Amino acid sequence: MSFLQINNLTQRFGGLTAVQDFSFDLPRGVLPGLIGPNGAGKTTIFNIVCGFYHPTMGEIRFENKPIVGKRPHKITSLGIARTFQNIRLWSEMSVLDNLCISQHGNLGYGLWDAILRTSKYSAKERDVHQNAMHLLEKLNLQDHAQKRPKNLPYGMQRRVEIARALASHPKLLLLDEPAAGMNSSEVEQLIDLIGWIRKEFDITIWLIEHDMRVVMNVCERIIVLDFGQIIADGPPDAIQNDLKVIKAYLGNIEE
Amino acid sequence: MDWEILIQNILNALQWGSFYALIALGYTLVYGVLLLINFAHGDIFMVGAYVGFFFAILFTGNSFLQLPFDIPLWLVFILTVVLSMIVTSFVGVTLERVAYRPLRRKGANRLYVVITALMCGLILENGNLALFGASRRMFPELIDKTIYTFGSITISNIKIMVIITAFVAFIILELIIRKTRIGMAMRAISYDRVAVPLMGIPIDRVIVFTFVLGSSMAALAGVLFVTAYPVLEPYMGAIIGWKAFIAAVVGGIGEIRGAFVGGFLLGFIEIFVAAFFPSTLRDLIAFSLLLILLSMKPTGLFGVSRSTKI
Amino acid sequence: MHFLRKYQYWILYILFSLLIVFGAHQEWVDAYIQLVIMYIGINIILSSSLNIVNGYMGEFSCGHAGFIAVGAYVTSVLNVWLFASDRIFGPAILGEYWALILFPVTLLAGGLIASLVGLLVAIPSFNTRGDYLAIITLAVNYIVKSAIENMQVIGGARGFMGMRKVVNAMQDVWDIPWMMVFILIFTGLTVWIIWRFVSSTYGKGIIAIREDEVAAEIMSVNTRGMKMTAFMLSSGLAGIAGGLFAHVLGYINPGSFTIMKSTEVMVMVYLGGMGSLSGSVISAVLFTILLELLRPLQVFKWVVIPLMLILLMMFRPEGIMGNREISDFFPQKSKRN
Repeated sequence: MSFLQINNLTQRFGGLTAVQDFSFDLPRGVLPGLIGPNGAGKTTIFNIVCGFYHPTMGEIRFENKPIVGKRPHKITSLGIARTFQNIRLWSEMSVLDNLCISQHGNLGYGLWDAILRTSKYSAKERDVHQNAMHLLEKLNLQDHAQKRPKNLPYGMQRRVEIARALASHPKLLLLDEPAAGMNSSEVEQLIDLIGWIRKEFDITIWLIEHDMRVVMNVCERIIVLDFGQIIADGPPDAIQNDLKVIKAYLGNIEE
Repeated sequence: MDWEILIQNILNALQWGSFYALIALGYTLVYGVLLLINFAHGDIFMVGAYVGFFFAILFTGNSFLQLPFDIPLWLVFILTVVLSMIVTSFVGVTLERVAYRPLRRKGANRLYVVITALMCGLILENGNLALFGASRRMFPELIDKTIYTFGSITISNIKIMVIITAFVAFIILELIIRKTRIGMAMRAISYDRVAVPLMGIPIDRVIVFTFVLGSSMAALAGVLFVTAYPVLEPYMGAIIGWKAFIAAVVGGIGEIRGAFVGGFLLGFIEIFVAAFFPSTLRDLIAFSLLLILLSMKPTGLFGVSRSTKI
Repeated sequence: MHFLRKYQYWILYILFSLLIVFGAHQEWVDAYIQLVIMYIGINIILSSSLNIVNGYMGEFSCGHAGFIAVGAYVTSVLNVWLFASDRIFGPAILGEYWALILFPVTLLAGGLIASLVGLLVAIPSFNTRGDYLAIITLAVNYIVKSAIENMQVIGGARGFMGMRKVVNAMQDVWDIPWMMVFILIFTGLTVWIIWRFVSSTYGKGIIAIREDEVAAEIMSVNTRGMKMTAFMLSSGLAGIAGGLFAHVLGYINPGSFTIMKSTEVMVMVYLGGMGSLSGSVISAVLFTILLELLRPLQVFKWVVIPLMLILLMMFRPEGIMGNREISDFFPQKSKRN
C-alpha cells in the first residue's frame, strides 16, 4: 500500500501560483527533505497536506485514502501531524496540557463523560496524561511539564512542539524548518533527535529545512522547489551538484 | 407598488440612510486606523445632537443667556452645525486621549480597549441622563420647512439638505483620504501599525485627526437628525449607533466606501421593510437580513479579508 | 473518610445551602437580603456561563441577554400555561404537585431552547471571529428582543406575568422558599458542570482555540464541534438563569434583555478574570452587592460602574483572578482533575 501520494498539486491564490503541478510519492520510512529558496511554496505544500488549504487542483492520498477537502483535524486523526515554521504552542497552557490537547482526536469520550466523570472518562483521561508524560520523559522534558511554553528557552520550545506532534502517535510527521533560529550545538542535538525519533517510533518524517547541515545529514532524498515547481528530486549528493539547484539558490547554500 | 410610492420610499430611504452613512463613516475611520470598534461613537452622535441643541437655543435667545442682538435663523443653523462639529470633536479626542491612548501605550489587548469604548458610551448616555434628566428636549425650528410635491411624492427641503450633505461630506472625506498626506498616513496605518511610526509618521497626531473627522461626521449627523426629527433624548445615540455600526460592518469595516454604502443599505432595508410589513417587525427583519448577509460574506460587502498565514 | 474528602466541596455547599434555605424560611434575614442572595446566584450562573465563551474560548460575545430572554420566556410561558390560571391561557392545566415536580423540567426546557438559539451564533463563529462575531451576537440579541416584542400572544412589549402564581402553587405543596432552593441547586450545578468541562482535556480544547485556533484545528481539535458545544452550553445555562430570574421577579418584559443586560454580564466576566471560574463567581457576588450598595445613586450608578470597569481595564485588565483559580492558591498534594 502506498504511503503518501501527491498528484499534480496546484495551489493558486488569486493571481499568484504558489505551487505548480507538484507530484510526489513518499514510501513509508523514507525521510525526504523539501528545500528551496524562500517563497518557493514549501510550507504551502505542508499546509495543503494537513488540510489547512484546499488546493486548486490535484489530489493527495494517505494510505490510499483521499484527504483533500477533509477538515484538518480529521486528517490529523488519520495519522498526520506537523510542527510549524513559527512555533505555535498554546502559551497559556502547561507543556503537559499542550501534549494532551494534541490527542483531542482520539480522546474517546465526549461532553457527558467529561461532566459526569464516568469510568470511561477516567480511563481515557489517564491514558492521555500517561501518554503525554511518557513522551516528555523520553525527550527529557518531564521537569518542565507544568511550565508554560513562553517561559522556556527557544530550543526547548521547539522540542516541545515536536513532542506535541508526536503525542497523537502519527504515522507521518511533517517538520517545518525545525532548525530555524537554532545555534550550532542545538542543530547537532536536532539531528540526533530526528534520528532517535525514527528509531524509537514507527514513523515517517518529512522535513522542510534551510539549514543544509540538517538536510545533508538526515535526508535520504531531497526535493528542490523553486517558484512552486520541482526543479530537482534525488539523493543528497546528486542535488548538491545539480546546477539548477545552485542557480536557484544563487550560491546561498549554507554549509 | 406604483412608481410614485416607490420613489417616495426611495427618497425616504436616502434620507434615513444618510444618517446611518454619516455615523458609519466615523466608525470605519477609527476602525481603519486603530482596529478599534469605537462603541462610544453612537453616543458621540448623541453628544453632537445635544451640543447642537444647546448652541441653537443659545443663539435663538431661548436660554438663560440672552444675546444683545438677533441672529438670522439660517446663520444660527450654520453656527450650530459648525460649532457642534468642533465641540464634539473635542469630546471625541478627549475620549481618545483619556481612555484609549493610555491602553494603547501599554500595548493592551485590543479587547480591553473595546470594552473601555463600550463603557465610555455608557458613561456618556447615563451621564447625560443623570445630569440633564430624562425629559425630552425639543430642537428649535431653525429652517423653514418647505415641502415640494410632485404628484403624490412629497419631499421637504430638509430631506434634500440631509441627503446632499451626506454625499458632500463623503466626497470631502474621500478627497482627504486619497489626496492628502494625512489621509495617506491614515491608510498606511491601517495596513501596518508597526512600520508606520518607524517611518517618521506621527501616529498620535494622525489618530487624533481621525477622531476629529469621525466625531465631526457624527456631530453633523446629530444636528441634521434633530433638525429633521426634533426630539432629543439621552439614549437616542444607542440604538442608532448600534445600527450604524452594523451597517458599517456589512459594508466592510475599514473601508469608507463600504461604510457609506452600508449605511444607505440599512436605510433602504428599514424603509422598504416598513413599507411591506408592520412597523414593529422593521428592526427584526432588518437585523435578520444583516445577519444573513454577514454570514454569507463575513468581511462585509467591500471588506478585504485578512487571511492568516502559517 | 475518603468519601468525605472526595466530596468535600459538595458537602460544604449542601450544608451552606441548607443553612440559607432554613434561614430564609425562618426569616432570620429579611426578604430584601433573600432577594440579593438569589440575584447573586443568578449572576453567578450568568457570569460563569458567559465566561465559557468570552473567557475560556476568547470570543467577544456581547449578546448574552438574548439567551437569558429566551430561557426566561420559554420557562415562564410553559409554567404559567400549565400551572397557573391567567388571562391568556386560561385555567391551570396541571395541579400544584406537578408545578413542583415539573419546574426543573420547564427550566431545562428553557435552557434547551436557549442553547438552540445559541446555534445562531455558533454557526457563524466557524468562519467569523473577533469583531465580526461581536456584531453577530449583538444582532442576535436584538433579534430575540424584537421577536418577543412582536409576539402579542405573550404580551409583546408590555411584558408577561403570572409567575408569582406558579411559585405560590409550589409553596402550597410545601411552604419553603422554593426559588431560593432552585437557585441554589442550579447555581451549584452550573459551577460544577462548567468546572468539570473546562478541567477536562476535552474542555481545554476551547482554550487551545483561544490561544491559537489554527494550531488547534491542525493538532486534531474539532474546532467547529468545540465551538458549538461551548456556545450551546453557555447559552443554555444563560437560559436557565433567565427562567430563574423570571420567577424571582414575577414579571418579565423584553426591555430587560437589551445590550445593557449583556453589558452587565460582560462586566462581571471581565471583572472576575477571563478564563477563571472562581473569578466569575467572586465577581458575581461582588458585583451584585455593589449594584445594591450603589442603588441610592440611581442613574449615577450607571456612570460609576462603567468608570470602574475602565479603571480596571487600565490598571488590572486581567480582573481579580486573571486566569487562575482559587485552587491555584491552595495547591493540593495530589492534583486530581
